Amino acid sequence: MIDNLVIPLLKILIVLNATLVGVTYMVLLERKVIAWAQSRLGPMRVGPYGILQPVADAIKLMIKEDITPVRADKWVFTAAPIISMVPALIVYAVIPFGDKARLFGRDITLYISDINVGLLYIVSVASVGVYGIILAGYSSNSKYPLLASLRASAQLISYEVAVTLTLVSVILVAGSLSMVQIVRAQESSHVWFLFVQPLAFAIFFIGGLAETNRAPFDMPEAEQELTGGFHTEYSGMRFALFFLAEYANMIVVSSVATTLFLGGWLRPFPNVAALGFLGFIPGWTWFLIKSFVFLYIFIWVRATLPRYRYDQLMRLGWKVLIPLAILNLVVTGIVKVLLL
Amino acid sequence: MATPALHHGAMFDTNELVLNMGPQHPSTHGVLRVVLRLDGEKVVDADVVIGYLHRGIEKLSENRNWTQIILLTDRMDYVAAATNNVGYCETVEKMMALEVPRRARYVRTILCELQRIASHCLWLGTHAMDIGAMTVFLYAFRERELILDLFEEFCGARLTYNSMRIGGLPLDLPPGWDKKVLEFCKIMDVKLGEYEELLTHNRIWLERTKGIGVLSAAQAVDLGLSGPPLRGSGVPRDIRKDEPYAAYAEMTFDVAIGTAGDTYDRYLVRLEEFRQSLRIIRQATEGIPEGPIVGKVPRLIKPPAGETYHAIESPKGELGYFIVSDGKSTNPYRFRVRPPSFCNLQGLRAMVKGHLVADVVALIGSLDVVLGEVDR
Repeated sequence: MIDNLVIPLLKILIVLNATLVGVTYMVLLERKVIAWAQSRLGPMRVGPYGILQPVADAIKLMIKEDITPVRADKWVFTAAPIISMVPALIVYAVIPFGDKARLFGRDITLYISDINVGLLYIVSVASVGVYGIILAGYSSNSKYPLLASLRASAQLISYEVAVTLTLVSVILVAGSLSMVQIVRAQESSHVWFLFVQPLAFAIFFIGGLAETNRAPFDMPEAEQELTGGFHTEYSGMRFALFFLAEYANMIVVSSVATTLFLGGWLRPFPNVAALGFLGFIPGWTWFLIKSFVFLYIFIWVRATLPRYRYDQLMRLGWKVLIPLAILNLVVTGIVKVLLL
Repeated sequence: MATPALHHGAMFDTNELVLNMGPQHPSTHGVLRVVLRLDGEKVVDADVVIGYLHRGIEKLSENRNWTQIILLTDRMDYVAAATNNVGYCETVEKMMALEVPRRARYVRTILCELQRIASHCLWLGTHAMDIGAMTVFLYAFRERELILDLFEEFCGARLTYNSMRIGGLPLDLPPGWDKKVLEFCKIMDVKLGEYEELLTHNRIWLERTKGIGVLSAAQAVDLGLSGPPLRGSGVPRDIRKDEPYAAYAEMTFDVAIGTAGDTYDRYLVRLEEFRQSLRIIRQATEGIPEGPIVGKVPRLIKPPAGETYHAIESPKGELGYFIVSDGKSTNPYRFRVRPPSFCNLQGLRAMVKGHLVADVVALIGSLDVVLGEVDR
């Protein structure tokens, strides 16, 4: 009873809340980091150094008037933010934040579940999220959102294939689809997959930027072109859901990248015995640090780069990323066969 | 407005999408309205609608005396008010055949070039922002702030300066001002490198600007473009060189021209203008002569009957004033401005055809229009 119900429920509760709080503070972090990059201060008014800004934002968004345009497709318009938000949250079910912890005399695994198709689950659930954007643009019955949803669908097919192909090459190396097993494979091979699959990592990272609609691939929102894109007609909490989904997706992509390429909860250089003292820092801390590095790079990229045009992203996806991913996969396969 | 035309595609009948961009849109630089006819995201045609910022400055000026008009010219190209002042004052001086003291002409040159840098900073920031590079925007505004501080010290205002008088200047330079200007030149030299680092060789920037909105030299001349959009197409026309005013005849500087006539070349031309402006400011500040700041101006300004056209090179292009005086009243009979933004905006329609929506904002930015000047 306790093992099957109470503990998983508690874990879900903790992960959900931690994610949502993390997401709101992610927004603050982004504003702060970009402000520093641009020689500004960022939010400074709400609480010391603006640390209560997310609270103020949340309250503001919740008490704002929630407008549905008269000519919008009401059901789809309401469903779209939910379709966007839910996949972003349920992906966390298979992300291993750490190995095990001993708490109150029980061994508790630091992941909600370890299913044997973990990676496949992530890929399939994450791509559902894009439907939220496409449907939002379609149901708003407005021209800018419509263009944004066209862009989102074009973008989806351009990067998803390449990203999935890189995941296949990781699976080949790890020999498993389970997220926990992938980390264990990095433990037993004594090397992070970043060094085994550098090309896959690069493609995954670029694809991850596109998947989360982040600069330089933020075409579906492109404030300067489409006045906010798919969420132009949204306000209040429904807009907030889209906003949160974007940041939740960023955390997902960082977590997946950490798990697949940076050894998840493993300490750096797991094969160097001299660095054994690093093992005293619990695994989940390493996981958070590594994910944070990714999130920081996400923000950094946004502060630095101009935006691609969507036909250029498609060209990049189809003519560069996908051939490279296939090449990487083939080479990985051949090496794997030869080494066995 | 054009009605959506039916397109007969290979499989389906598809409608053109009419997209109204502006007057409330984040990248139309004020209240420009562009009605786009789209095929997918491809622009089939564009209709530029202006007039949302019309304040009747030309007509107003016909009911103000000659000195009061200086204040109205501030409100045209409000990001480059000093050049507007200079253009107007020189036109009146030309009508009255007034001699402007050399010191005043030097100060005008410095102010004009500072203004050019400030205006280009604003252009660079917003242009980069439109293409998605948000950091450049704040960097450019940081340096623009320094110029505004210099202007504030000179005349007390930060945006609409009213900083000229017919026949000279209202005030002499504050003590130590020239040192601050040279100090600013030093800072700007370094910061220009920062902008270039972020953009000039950035792959995405190159992809977004190269080959976008190409205008040949002949096309640019036909459309009546002036300033950086014209020079970007390779026409070496710069009024500062061709018909020198203020103290430009005594300055050495180069006119930057492009070759390809695309958005990237217009960007490079303006960046080079930053450097040339700094060069001019250095020369003018170091060689500034002593002497009076106002020439012999009659108490009542009443130009003789006749009409005059005088143009200067504003940051945006050829800023010309055509003024008719009847010789009797203390206000102009007809006051007409040739604003560079208005004429350059003509180029937009020719440039956007066949490009994507994302390029439209890049091209509006590349023309560097200020709506206050387009509509007056």
